[in-house]
Amino acid sequence: MKYIKSLLLLVFVSVVITGCSSDGEGGFNLFGSEDEAATTGYKDDPSLSGTESPGLSSDAGFDQGYDDGGSKLLGPEFSDPNNPLSHQTIYFMYDSSQVRDEFISVVQAHAQYLVANPGQRIILEGHADERGSREYNIALGEQRAKSVLLMMEVQGVSPGQIEVVSYGEEKPAAMELDEAAWQLNRRVEVVYQ
Amino acid sequence: MTFFKSYILVILSCLFSLNANAELTIEITQGTDSAVPIAIVPFSSSARLPVNIVDIIKSDLSHSGYFKVLDERKMLARPSQAGKVRFRNWQALGQDYLVIGQVRDERGRFKINFQLFDVYKGEQLMGYHMTVGARELRRSAHHISNIIYEKLTGLKGAFNTRIAYITSFRKKNGRQIYKLEVADADGFNPKTIASSREPLMSPAWSPDGKKIAYVSFEKKSSAIFIQDLATGKRSQVTKFRGINGAPAWSPNGGQLALTLSKDGSPDIYVLTLANQSLRKLTKSYGIDTEPSWSPDGRNIVFTSDRGGKPQLYLIPSSGGRVKRLTFDGDYNAKGSFSRDGKHLTMVHANRGDYRIAVMDMATRSIDILTRGKLDESPSFAPNGSMILYSTKFGKTSALAAVSTDGRMHQRLAFSRGKVREPAWSP
Repeated sequence: MKYIKSLLLLVFVSVVITGCSSDGEGGFNLFGSEDEAATTGYKDDPSLSGTESPGLSSDAGFDQGYDDGGSKLLGPEFSDPNNPLSHQTIYFMYDSSQVRDEFISVVQAHAQYLVANPGQRIILEGHADERGSREYNIALGEQRAKSVLLMMEVQGVSPGQIEVVSYGEEKPAAMELDEAAWQLNRRVEVVYQ
Repeated sequence: MTFFKSYILVILSCLFSLNANAELTIEITQGTDSAVPIAIVPFSSSARLPVNIVDIIKSDLSHSGYFKVLDERKMLARPSQAGKVRFRNWQALGQDYLVIGQVRDERGRFKINFQLFDVYKGEQLMGYHMTVGARELRRSAHHISNIIYEKLTGLKGAFNTRIAYITSFRKKNGRQIYKLEVADADGFNPKTIASSREPLMSPAWSPDGKKIAYVSFEKKSSAIFIQDLATGKRSQVTKFRGINGAPAWSPNGGQLALTLSKDGSPDIYVLTLANQSLRKLTKSYGIDTEPSWSPDGRNIVFTSDRGGKPQLYLIPSSGGRVKRLTFDGDYNAKGSFSRDGKHLTMVHANRGDYRIAVMDMATRSIDILTRGKLDESPSFAPNGSMILYSTKFGKTSALAAVSTDGRMHQRLAFSRGKVREPAWSP
């Protein structure tokens, strides 16, 4: 699924959206009005929520990094459940950013793929469970993504292939308020571009 | 008076739409025994008013926690003129104070008169009148609440202030929407300041209440923006590689403390807004974040895990030696001072439950004020009497408030979506 998303993302980032209109009462709508968004090139596909990147016209240069990297379709190894590349989420212990032993092979597999495909770019998205304060969790999510980054760099991946972003607790994968859900939320997602 | 009128005019015409309905209801979940009984008689009126002034005043005063407002049905009489007040009636009902008033329609404007009495002394404590337009009635009611509150408690009222907060909800098509909203302190007139499909975070009021700094992920990574509320104009303040987070205004409004991780680990920086100069304040290998200024601007409190677990530390805002502030519990984060600098509120946890606590700065002792499992984002009312925070009700997040002495608890329920990160305006 991820690579389909990535492909679709590519299609969407090629549609340059600069719609960013004031709602006339002092508010600021970062994607135009909700209805307008549907008419400016966004598809109403739920699987795409959060993947569009509507920039402000004044910052049009920002999306460049996403335009050039991911032009090729990922291979079948990414959907083979026996291949570690099919795992694109790495989970963490509470308040820890150490990659657990069982995920080292996953990180190594992605690192090897990136070394073999130097034109390939990824984003490491760090996340935290929702316990504790939000900005601290942003920092924690970044630490997690950076520990994956470091492990990949040690494997020889060029730093230029990897971008790190932390969403803290802002984008939970599971909404329940128990340890089972929190385990799923303490994660780094490897997002191919 | 003129100042007040022009102030409310500007606010109403620029900021809030008039027909906005309340999307928030406030429910007192635990009151105080020491609340002062007060009777507020419905004001007589020569015209039908578009808003019920007395209901607003009653709601303000009872939500403050300091007052217990008499149920109207128990009133033996409903005087609107001082000459008609029989203090014995109100003494019999156990009331300490009495408010009466009149509203007169004066060619489209309304003249509001009200008087406050001490029931036991049988004397008038104050009388006040104001003339306002129909659109200003709601603000005028809050203004009256402020006057009564200040007269009887000695504290400035916060009923004409606003709150900013973040909401998020999933639309039917599955798309997540994040909004930064501003509403009156009683939840009326909610207004969307910014909305995005990517997270919005960490709203912070400028000291003059005219601007809000916040974090937006609209470009797929974090950036800090400052937005003017009256005009809606905004500017991007920082967008470095890595974290751009936790903006906090200096008390004079000239600087912004913030968190950046451009050099590696997250550190606290101070940005001077006039010349965009950036100064690195903390350097540690771990996490430093969530800066907040002391009211005199001399110090900045922040969260750091330099000691292993997140704890609060203090550093002079001009740089210097870091002092650890918290030692109780295994998690203390997101500290912020009351306006008088006497208290520091924080998220406090010990073995798993995250609660709102307040530190007495004189004794450095901590009181845990709330009983939730996932309470966060505490924000002091401008008069220091209450702390607004976010909590969980079932699976959703919502806002709650607690008095700084921990005796009064309120729940603020919004009609839809998750609500979090409340920030009380100056």
